Amino acid sequence: MNVYAIKAIYIFEMARTWRTLLQSIAAPVISTSLYFIVFGAAIGSRMVEIDGISYGAFIVPGLIMLSLLSESISNASFGIYMPKFSGTIYEILSAPISPFETIAGYVGAAATKSIILGLLMLVTARLFVDFTIVHPLWMIGFLVLTSVTFSLFGFILGIWADGFEKLQLVPMLIVTPLTFLGGSFYSIDMLPPFWRTITLFNPVVYLISGFRWSFYGVSDVSVGISLSMTLAFMALCLATVWWIFKTGYRLKA
Amino acid sequence: MQPIISVSKLSKTYAGGFLALKNIDLKIHCGEIFALLGPNGAGKTTLISIICGIVTPSTGIVLADGHDIVRDYRAARSKIGLVPQELSTDLWETVWDTVSFSRGLFGKPPNPAYIEKVLRDLSLWNKKDAEIMTLSGGMKRRVMIAKALSHEPQILFLDEPTAGVDVELRQGMWEMVRSLRASGVTIILTTHYIEEAEEMADRIGVISKGELILVEDKTILMEKLGKKQLTLHLQSPLESIPAELAGYPLELSADGNELVYTFDVQHEHTGIASLLRRLGERGIDFKDLQTNQSSLEEIFVSLVRARP
Ligand SMILES: Nc1ncnc2c1ncn2[C@@H]1O[C@H](COP(=O)(O)OP(=O)(O)OP(=O)(O)O)[C@@H](O)[C@H]1O
Ligand SMILES: [Mg+2]
Repeated sequence: MNVYAIKAIYIFEMARTWRTLLQSIAAPVISTSLYFIVFGAAIGSRMVEIDGISYGAFIVPGLIMLSLLSESISNASFGIYMPKFSGTIYEILSAPISPFETIAGYVGAAATKSIILGLLMLVTARLFVDFTIVHPLWMIGFLVLTSVTFSLFGFILGIWADGFEKLQLVPMLIVTPLTFLGGSFYSIDMLPPFWRTITLFNPVVYLISGFRWSFYGVSDVSVGISLSMTLAFMALCLATVWWIFKTGYRLKA
Repeated sequence: MQPIISVSKLSKTYAGGFLALKNIDLKIHCGEIFALLGPNGAGKTTLISIICGIVTPSTGIVLADGHDIVRDYRAARSKIGLVPQELSTDLWETVWDTVSFSRGLFGKPPNPAYIEKVLRDLSLWNKKDAEIMTLSGGMKRRVMIAKALSHEPQILFLDEPTAGVDVELRQGMWEMVRSLRASGVTIILTTHYIEEAEEMADRIGVISKGELILVEDKTILMEKLGKKQLTLHLQSPLESIPAELAGYPLELSADGNELVYTFDVQHEHTGIASLLRRLGERGIDFKDLQTNQSSLEEIFVSLVRARP
């Protein structure tokens, strides 16, 4: 195991985070605060409780998930896309490192950043609305699992993308809609039956539902299903990454 | 002695179907400087990229220090340092960070003293805290060399290391390459500056259209293929080459003051003696004479031209 290589990549990627602190940490925290002010405090005070939870508190897990997904994806995809774009990828390809070590470095760093961000948002949210976390360990578990899984997904996206547009297109056209329609702002029980069934094909529903369960002990779908769906998506990403390294897809001529 | 790099039956077909390397067999000796020459698009970079793990081979086997570059890539790659042809560096990292990064990537524990030495050798020490994007092109290329040397490789690939580097720095690089060789590092370089190969290399390989058409000791190559020219500076100009000298490959300069005779060094009878005798008989006197040998460049051009 080339531990020095993992460390080198991890430190390199984290340095990029610190360098862009404002845009990578501050921006999501600020935009989330705005959500809480508008939806939590202003509109939320006029809304009825959902599942016995005040609306402001209800949207906390979904909003954190929203940022977690988009930040994990954009971070990890950018992390591997940049060296491909600038040509510095030659060094990674010529180094004595295994696919696992490469991923541990890149995905590990992207996930770390997402986790820090998630915790920061949690603290920020607490300033605006009152909530307690029923299953803190599960909460951390979902936070970590989601960050890692979607950083993996971002890594795949970054390898696949051959232009900056594609890099932004997927999060914008696929991930953001899925998250908004995944129950960040409402319980899927509030939907008409037909749309509720459609919604169940949206993987983000399971993430948000599981995460919300860890907060309040109530969920749209059972937590076991949430967990298995997340793990299944992670397995799918791992298999894709394995295939990428085996074939050299978009990495090696 | 076991070759440090052994390439057998290596071919590469790119995704589009282009055959970039055809059945290459090549052995690089330990501790030598090997120059790979060839026109644009010949396949030099492709060959280097395969050995370094950046491009996947289509068929064939490459061993680096006895390790298969595919099956045993860890052992093989940790021996190799690469300075690629394209200038590609990070932007915001400092010189020190990027070189330390490379060392870590190749699995070596930190060694600030060694990195300091590399940076000093490459005259980059005063730039160690500078962000790479603030450096000039020549400095960036040296940063890439520093990165390649950061993990103390035994084999160093330099793909056109001196492209875009000024004369003084080029001399410095040659010196560095020589001292690396003296410390036991094997060096494989490509260049379009023939004088560079002539000056530096122990052996030369010529690649053309994906085929390795020649591998030879530099001195032997220059002797074997080298043509010599004898230039006679005449006492009084000639109108034309006298008819009885027509059998000799002679050329008369435009002003008629110089007579140039081309001969093959390998040939037992160079014909110089008989030519000079004939000239004497004709009463053609000369005040001075000089010989010169064709350069590697001329050899190279004639070799590549000769191929269909
Ligand atoms: N990724 C690729 N896909 C398809 N063809 C490629 C690829 N890379 C190189 N080639 C082709 O392979 C041939 C050899 O290219 P290579 O870069 O090895 O040449 P070279 O000898 O290094 O040339 P130069 O002196 O210009 O650097 C060229 O015809 C080039 O167009
Ligand atoms: Mg080249």
